[in-house]
Amino acid sequence: MGSGPSDVSSGTALPMAIKVLIAGGFGVGKTTLVGAVSEIRPMRTEEIITEASVGVDDTSGVEAKTTTTVAMDFGRITINDEVVLYLFGTPGQDRFWFVWDELSMGAVGAVVLADTRRLAASFPSIDYFERRGTPFIVAVNCFDDAPRYSADDVKLALNLDPDVPLMLCDARLPTSGREVLITLMEHAMKKAEPALS
Amino acid sequence: MASADDRNEDVWHDEDAGPVVRPYAMTRGRTQPARGEFDLISLVVATRSVPSVAAGLQPEHVTIMRLCQRPLSVAEVAAHLNLPLGIVRVLLGDLLDKGYILAREPQPASHMPPERIFKAVINGLRSL
Repeated sequence: MGSGPSDVSSGTALPMAIKVLIAGGFGVGKTTLVGAVSEIRPMRTEEIITEASVGVDDTSGVEAKTTTTVAMDFGRITINDEVVLYLFGTPGQDRFWFVWDELSMGAVGAVVLADTRRLAASFPSIDYFERRGTPFIVAVNCFDDAPRYSADDVKLALNLDPDVPLMLCDARLPTSGREVLITLMEHAMKKAEPALS
Repeated sequence: MASADDRNEDVWHDEDAGPVVRPYAMTRGRTQPARGEFDLISLVVATRSVPSVAAGLQPEHVTIMRLCQRPLSVAEVAAHLNLPLGIVRVLLGDLLDKGYILAREPQPASHMPPERIFKAVINGLRSL
């Protein structure tokens, strides 16, 4: 190896990895979507989080620590020699917002999966990405037994900004999942334009 | 019933209990890597063939070297090793420090990727 092996910058010969988040309520099909489009079987990685907290009525001044393990499911799509796309499903429970912060750091965009039977379950994800300014789209996963509504009706019910794309999808189908990702990337590219020019 | 109890008398946990060794024992208590940031999607690749354990490495280091003969993300390395990310970051830092791996951090969070990257991804997804 001619390059200095301890030089991190020599890693530029490696592809660039970019990250997309798949969010939405519990059981809405996040892992199904990741599995449908990923070239590898969805994998799981775990982070141990130690939260230090001082008890209000604790006069000894000793910090109480709780340790939590948060699991994240993810998949991969190799685009070419230059770019690899990683898809991360966000942890379902709201108490893991701090993991969302880490996950959304550097994410190019997010897909909020929605189920028309439980639209409210997607509100926290939508609120989160709106607040953070992360480009996102909403994909309504069309479950077989769920009532069908038009995209416009769902958009109205979700009170989405007019420029946020909303589409119908079937999270089980690779072609449908890829359409969702293409829509997200086109939207994210448009959002990035002012910064690029 | 009694015989089953006898057989299992030392086994007071099951697989769901997770590793019995406190995880950071593997890193000798270190919680931060000696070198490198190691984002979830930082890509790492080995710069040499798999060294023997005798080279002052732990078995987990050797496993990482075996996995990283082709580029993998930090998240994938952690998933393959079935170890928490924090520990994997420390182990990767050791290997980076020794020059056994290269790492490429993703675009800084404050920068969106250039337009040509978006276009490459869109075209790539279309042709899959």
